[in-house]
Amino acid sequence: MALSDKDRIFTNLYGMQHWGLEAARKRGNWDGTKDIVLKGRDWIIDEMKASGLRGRGGAGFPTGLKWSFMPKQASDRPHYLVVNSDESEPGTCKDRDILRHDPHTLIEGCLIAGVAMGANAGYIYVRGEYYNEHLVLQAAIDEAYAAGLIGKNACGTGFDFELYVHRGAGAYICGEETALIESLEGKKGMPRLKPPFPAAVGLYGCPSTVNNVETIAVVPTILRRGASWFSGFGRKNNVGTKIFCLQGHVNKPCNVEEEMSIPLRELIDRHAGGVRGGWDNLLAVIPGGSSTPMIPKPICDDVLMDFDALREHRSGLGTAGVIVMDKSTDLIKAIARLSKFYKHESCGQCTPCREGMGWVGRMMDRMVEGRAEVAEIDVLEQVTRQIEGHTICALADGGVWPVQGLIRHFRPMMEERIAAYKARTAGAAPVALAAE
Amino acid sequence: MAKVTIDGIEVEVPNGASVLQACEAAGVEIPRFCYHERLSVAGNCRMCLVEVEKAPKPVASCAFPVADGMKVFTDTEMVRRARRGVMEFLLINHPLDCPICDQGGECDLQDQAMAFGGDKSRYKEEKRVVKDKYMGPLVKTIMTRCIQCTRCIRFTTEVAGTAELGATNRGEHMEVGTYVEKALTSELSGNLIDICPVGALTSRPYAFVSRPWELRKADSIDVLDAVGTNIRIDTRSGEVLRVLPRVHEDVNEEWLADRGRFSFDGLKRKRVDRPWVRKDGKLVAVGWAEAFDVIAARLAATKGERIGALAGDLADVESALALKELLAGLGSNNLDCRTDGAAIDASRRDFYSFNTSIAGIEEADALLIIGSNPRTEAPVLNARIRKRAIAGNFPVGVVGPRGLDLTYASEWLGEGGATLRALASGAHPFCETLRKAKNPMLILGRHALTRADGATLLAVAWQIAAFNNMLRPDWHGFNLLHRFGGQHGALDVGFVSGLPMAKMLSGSVDALWVLGADGLDLSSVPANTFVVVQGHHGEAAVARADVVLPGAAYTEKDAAWVNTEGRVQLGYQAVPPPGEAREDWKIIRAMSGVMGKPLGYDTLEALRARLVAAYPVFDQNEELPRVVCTDAVGPAGDIANLRDDALALPPGNYWQQDPISRASETMAECARTYAAPAALAAE
Repeated sequence: MALSDKDRIFTNLYGMQHWGLEAARKRGNWDGTKDIVLKGRDWIIDEMKASGLRGRGGAGFPTGLKWSFMPKQASDRPHYLVVNSDESEPGTCKDRDILRHDPHTLIEGCLIAGVAMGANAGYIYVRGEYYNEHLVLQAAIDEAYAAGLIGKNACGTGFDFELYVHRGAGAYICGEETALIESLEGKKGMPRLKPPFPAAVGLYGCPSTVNNVETIAVVPTILRRGASWFSGFGRKNNVGTKIFCLQGHVNKPCNVEEEMSIPLRELIDRHAGGVRGGWDNLLAVIPGGSSTPMIPKPICDDVLMDFDALREHRSGLGTAGVIVMDKSTDLIKAIARLSKFYKHESCGQCTPCREGMGWVGRMMDRMVEGRAEVAEIDVLEQVTRQIEGHTICALADGGVWPVQGLIRHFRPMMEERIAAYKARTAGAAPVALAAE
Repeated sequence: MAKVTIDGIEVEVPNGASVLQACEAAGVEIPRFCYHERLSVAGNCRMCLVEVEKAPKPVASCAFPVADGMKVFTDTEMVRRARRGVMEFLLINHPLDCPICDQGGECDLQDQAMAFGGDKSRYKEEKRVVKDKYMGPLVKTIMTRCIQCTRCIRFTTEVAGTAELGATNRGEHMEVGTYVEKALTSELSGNLIDICPVGALTSRPYAFVSRPWELRKADSIDVLDAVGTNIRIDTRSGEVLRVLPRVHEDVNEEWLADRGRFSFDGLKRKRVDRPWVRKDGKLVAVGWAEAFDVIAARLAATKGERIGALAGDLADVESALALKELLAGLGSNNLDCRTDGAAIDASRRDFYSFNTSIAGIEEADALLIIGSNPRTEAPVLNARIRKRAIAGNFPVGVVGPRGLDLTYASEWLGEGGATLRALASGAHPFCETLRKAKNPMLILGRHALTRADGATLLAVAWQIAAFNNMLRPDWHGFNLLHRFGGQHGALDVGFVSGLPMAKMLSGSVDALWVLGADGLDLSSVPANTFVVVQGHHGEAAVARADVVLPGAAYTEKDAAWVNTEGRVQLGYQAVPPPGEAREDWKIIRAMSGVMGKPLGYDTLEALRARLVAAYPVFDQNEELPRVVCTDAVGPAGDIANLRDDALALPPGNYWQQDPISRASETMAECARTYAAPAALAAE
């Protein structure tokens, strides 16, 4: 049972209509925003909690709960809303379409979120590469200012709300919320130690909440149509609609808004025109952006696309960037490429990530050729365990999970590769290893 | 307070303390690299991971705050595995060149690898190599050894206040450096060598010189500025090889200024290592007996009131007292220890002391600096001011040259007399700031008092203190900042009486004994005045000496030193004096015997007993009593006589201010590097 058009939140996801305010209003954006704002902070947070919305940035933390961490009593320190639009996860491009085709869903969401957390200013941190998207977003914000929707006395509610766009410089790590805050403050994007959490000490030392673009953009529609409408989709604890990014070896790659907990196979077959060469040509799927471990075809056959179902299979929904790989794929090479990406994007702060990612990357490069010993697969696995969970932020975890996924499901393939290399080079010089 | 259980040991620590601090309170050692108790917490080395009950992952104990009832485990499988893992990561790209590394034997990485590391490497890839950076003549870099703990970055940013180091690039390409290669400009740069846990930053002058286990260590006091920094002198075969700071929370914390750390090579050059007597206009090397006979003959023929003595910047307390008593025996009270010409009023101790105390700076909440640049006159004390300044709400006003870079924000109020008069009368707007403060203080530079109207300046500074609420029964905000380790102590033994120095130098005495003032220019002394110079370096004073007596430098004798706060501290002999040179008090004691008027002590203990009996202020056992002001009547002086001239700072560069540092090649190299003529011209 696919999501019907009337239940779509992002009705201009494909840019068939104009992104501007006039067209957005026709689509229902900014309808009754004043009433929502006037219902006040507590109502908004309660409604968000009731909706069961979980953060769309990857970790899946309940949004209403997160907002409720902001201090209730206003002090001399201002509160800030920060929107994470540094969408850099390989395989993920949902926020991009929101920014360029449906920016008013985000801007309206920012205002409401600002009310919910007592923030009179919001910052949207846009990935540096999203140049055109940032132009559209800025133009949409200017429209909203001109129409009195945000700014002083936003929507005539008496609530003041300023919204700023900040462009990053293209670092993956700046999508980590505290690194994003550092970068926004003009410093090198390096994650901060937690605690204190941003809700206590965030941007410029003030209480702040960082939310993903999609999380904020769905808020107005949820509040307009009611929490129970939103929670009516999907399974318990995995409710609502979600934009999935389908790519790789599918016939028609696309972004699509769908109900949570849709079976993976149905998602691919219905919206992406099926796997290239048919479902049986499928080898594995990375279900939630590059940092989630891959799942092999037998799991793909019946897995549901939501947080809990994927976690049961030791993967994750992440950002729902679905990377489909058919049997033509060199999985080891694919994962080696991802390792190279995470090595390159490590900020260099924590020892395990700084040193370990290079080690993993170099071992993976040898695994691609098969220029290794079988026992080194175990070393590789142990090194990823030594990295995982020992760092300040989750980049290192996300960087080693793909490797763990590969070893977990395709170890025989790696052993074959090593055996093939040995057979090819038998009699030749022994495996060249760097001098210790 | 929070109750925390560490491996079953229950301790109580203040709320807000870190788990690591709680572990230390429980006596459980936690390995660490990036954590340093005097720097901000970075939490990036991940060596200090521990297990906390209910936490799913190991937590970085240096950064994790304690909570009441928390249970911490430091010796579980999870913790052991985490430490072993981090250790392995640190070592994979470390060159493991311990045999040629100067940190070997005192390296945190080495020690912790022994304690927590594995015994073989599983890393078979190429190791990373990092290009070395030039950081000036003091700090040598081997950046491949760097483990990116960022202690050095945090030190320059937070303590030194020069923010010259940073990390460029990211991931495994992250490198520590100055970005644009240059010499570090901090006077505290030597401390980088101490805080670097590995051999990435080492001492350039000490490179390949020695191993730590070959060294003999002696505790001493740095006398090359007046802070009284506690130091440890490392020697081998009678040669000083390096100087390191010791911890003293109330004085230097654990920092040491570069001049005190690196100028010891000057102790081997230009030394006076045997007695000399001037014969027919030329100094001739002689034995001790002959030198004493020449002096005795001349002094016996001179009337007591025509004999004078000067004690200089580097004279220790005991020898100053002995010299004073030698002259008393000869019937003279012509003594002056203010060889720089500073018009110090020695009639009351708080007129010439740093009364607030160095640790007391942290209690102050406003500061006025008059005629001083504490950054170059007392870098470690300046670091304390900076520590207070970055804690916030600490307005600093400066009267003196414009544009001083003190490493913290300051407001330039004016350059001289007119501004001081306004401050003393309340007409200056900064008075408002001072009087709003709870504990305002002022620092008066000793060099400012060398002006012709120095006495008036001292009186005006006191009046400013009195007018601006600095002199109270519960607070003393008047501070004189001395410049060398011997200056305060000589004042304390009353080495100011009779004729002042200017008179002694211009013919009012027929015999003049100069102790510990090797750099003093005596060229104006009339030819018929008989000059005895007792010191350790062949400098300006020797050029006019009739007899030269070789004394001991601060590293070569047991001696008491008084720092600018009036804290009495003992230094111990690290090496014997060179050649014929002797400890200074012994020379004076021997002389008194030759004169037939022996002083009443044959041992240093007896001399110290005499010192304490005569001056109870020395009976303080290194503990400094809190100074308050119960009598606000200040030194005499009429504010109307204060001239409008600009206040001047001590001439010359930071690196060459005393006979020892002027003889040092390391310091000369610094002077060439930092104080290039072109740069001076531009100032």
